[in-house]
Amino acid sequence: MKNHLLPFTFKYGALIFIGLVILFFSMRNEYFFTYSNLTDILRSISIVTFVAIGVSISLMVDGFDLSVGATVSLSTVLTATLMVWYEMPLVVVLIVPIAVGAVVGLLNALLIVKIRIPDLLATLAVMYIVNGIHKTYTKGYSIYNNMPLPDGTTAPGVMDKGFLWIGQGKLLGVPFPVILMLLAVIAAHVFFKYTRWGRQMIMTGGNEEAARLSGLKVKRVRTLAYVASGIFASIGGILFASRIGSGQIDAGAPMLMESVAAVFVGYSVFAAGRPNIIGTFFGAVLMGVLVNGLTMMNVDYYRTDIIKGSVLVLALAVTFIHLNRRKT
Amino acid sequence: MRNISKSFAGVPALNNVDFNVRSGEIHALLGANGAGKSTLMKILSGAYEADEGIIEMAGTSYSFRSPADSKDAGIHCVYQEVDTSLVPHLSVTENIFLDRLATSKTKAWLTWGKLHEEAEAVLSRIGLTVSPRALIRDLTLSEKQLVLIARLLAEEAKFVILDEPTAPLSLEETDKLFGIMKGLKEAGIGVIFISHRLPEVFRICDRITVMRDGGRVLTERTEDMDATGVVQAMLGRSFEEEFPKLPAAIGEPVLTVKGLESGRRVRGVDLEVRRGEIVAVVGLVGAGKTELSRVLFGADPADRGTISIKGQPVRLDSPSDAVQAGIALIPEERRKEGILVRESVLHNLSLPILKSISRLGFLSGTAERHFANTQIVGLGIKTPTVSQLTAYLSGGNQQKVAIGKWLGTDTEVYLFDEPTKGVDVGAKRDIFQIIGKLAQQGKGILYLTCEFAEALGLADRILIMCDGVIVKSFARGEATQEDLLYYASAGREVLA
Repeated sequence: MKNHLLPFTFKYGALIFIGLVILFFSMRNEYFFTYSNLTDILRSISIVTFVAIGVSISLMVDGFDLSVGATVSLSTVLTATLMVWYEMPLVVVLIVPIAVGAVVGLLNALLIVKIRIPDLLATLAVMYIVNGIHKTYTKGYSIYNNMPLPDGTTAPGVMDKGFLWIGQGKLLGVPFPVILMLLAVIAAHVFFKYTRWGRQMIMTGGNEEAARLSGLKVKRVRTLAYVASGIFASIGGILFASRIGSGQIDAGAPMLMESVAAVFVGYSVFAAGRPNIIGTFFGAVLMGVLVNGLTMMNVDYYRTDIIKGSVLVLALAVTFIHLNRRKT
Repeated sequence: MRNISKSFAGVPALNNVDFNVRSGEIHALLGANGAGKSTLMKILSGAYEADEGIIEMAGTSYSFRSPADSKDAGIHCVYQEVDTSLVPHLSVTENIFLDRLATSKTKAWLTWGKLHEEAEAVLSRIGLTVSPRALIRDLTLSEKQLVLIARLLAEEAKFVILDEPTAPLSLEETDKLFGIMKGLKEAGIGVIFISHRLPEVFRICDRITVMRDGGRVLTERTEDMDATGVVQAMLGRSFEEEFPKLPAAIGEPVLTVKGLESGRRVRGVDLEVRRGEIVAVVGLVGAGKTELSRVLFGADPADRGTISIKGQPVRLDSPSDAVQAGIALIPEERRKEGILVRESVLHNLSLPILKSISRLGFLSGTAERHFANTQIVGLGIKTPTVSQLTAYLSGGNQQKVAIGKWLGTDTEVYLFDEPTKGVDVGAKRDIFQIIGKLAQQGKGILYLTCEFAEALGLADRILIMCDGVIVKSFARGEATQEDLLYYASAGREVLA
């Protein structure tokens, strides 16, 4: 019995833990376990989940993308200015930021894959540059409807109604961003489990040299992973603008840590010990539940970071103790 | 050293070995690959601990638990890979006194002027004229080696192990090194010299010890031995392994290589492999075989030369190009390069054929499992399920996976680099069978190995590689192990 109990705990420990946390909050506050609060939690994590999927993809090829937060910021203000400053149609408003996110990913890939700068350093540098670009572009101002411009006039445009619905509307009683998030999670999961390109990414991340010697074009695979990471971050930025109804400066800064935390908590789900999309989703859920529940219990927001960090450490410790034991 | 035994995971590597070195002599330690030389020397230098046996110096017995212990006792080792023992971005002086700086033998306050002077003195003893302030990364390979020797002089070593120091050196540099070795000998230091090059051994050594299969075969004075006797002792007489050689029709050339050069290890290789032919390339460790196989597979760039498949010149910028052209490599570093150990048997086998088992990018699980099961049955891969991680398979079964993954591709030429390394006897036979069958199907096989017996048993033609060039070619049945070892170790010097 004991032999079966331990692996079981490692495999489902993270899910059981999430269950216990939800149970705990439900007992402390009757409002916690209600439909509207639960969808609230899902809506609050939808943006982070998009960014976290991007981070998972970069980790999947054994890389790391620190520039996602900056990409979220850039994409948010870009989306807002396209409407407020330039009154662009909705299609352009959605496509341009995604293209820019892809370009940031290409830049990362150029530095990492071609010039061979270590991933952490390269994406850190790109993070600086992109942060600078998004502030320079807006001259340090947040973007909102009919904002005053530096030349004394007011901006001509407002945020598009249809656009705001993406972040704030509901479909069949479910917040639309939650639907988008679930679709993205399912699509990314299917991509990695059932498609050739997903498998190629996993194999490249597993051992780049062995994958290369099996005839994979590993450089192309890694490039695509960074581009995907940039695109998911920029979608996160679009959702953020749509949710807030304005283009906030530095909106993405906290996203980096939030999403990285979700991904690493995800390592412990099913004791995978490696990045996986379903794990990332549950990681984001756990973080969302913690913030929501603790806020309801009137815990100061700055204390929640300590708790989130501790949960992350716990998840990682359990996972890696398990993995290292399995190796020996 | 007396009655030294050591085993790894139940496999004995050394069995009751006695070995002794006198002060002021140069003692050669010889043996084929896997004879146990390195293990013995690692025990002496404290890198491994012996399971049994004692080490004595001047009547006192020692037990070395770590390299630091044996250095304290005055035993120093210069490993073949000099770069692993030097810090490239530090100065010569700092590297010479590294051991001293690493322990508390120096004063906490370092007087650089004085240290540089001391280093200068040591360097002049071995006739090395580099500035003590120069950085290690700016030195040549042989200079780095000499810095290591300077280090052990500075540490007042009593015994020195030189592990294949001449392998990367030119003739001139080798002469210089031998001069220094004589100097060490005159200073009363006992030198243990490991080398594959017999002429060198006879030139410089006082005594010779030969090891084979984890035991000591003989220790003789150099005057009492000749090259033939040493080779016989190294190979043994009991070398009777069965090689299933399947008959195969030999057809037109599939792989033609002309004037191939790459870096320092592949220096102008010409060869040809025909359909159904098994061509063995034999050579000692460091002869350039692995490098050759990597260039042929597009994993490393070629500086010069042409590679043709079925008469058509091909350009190989990456392994992916090579696979397209019909070349497959089963690499030597199986666990690092041949398979992905953290992935399942299924995913490993299907890796090169993902494209052909997917439609619109979606993988067909049925086709993937069908292919994997075909290979598992066909090659006799012993695994509980297809989803078993390859890390948990035995070496032989891992190798079968590394071979099996190519069987779904349109491969014309198979490159095998030391395919039997770390594989048990039973699985070796299986692998020979598989290779024989591939030849029967009209594939061209290039078999790179340092196991001469395998080349003799398996190959239709044997090419001998030494220092990056093919020095000799034998047809099947023409050569003996002695011939192969002779040309592989003497190489160009014999031809010249």
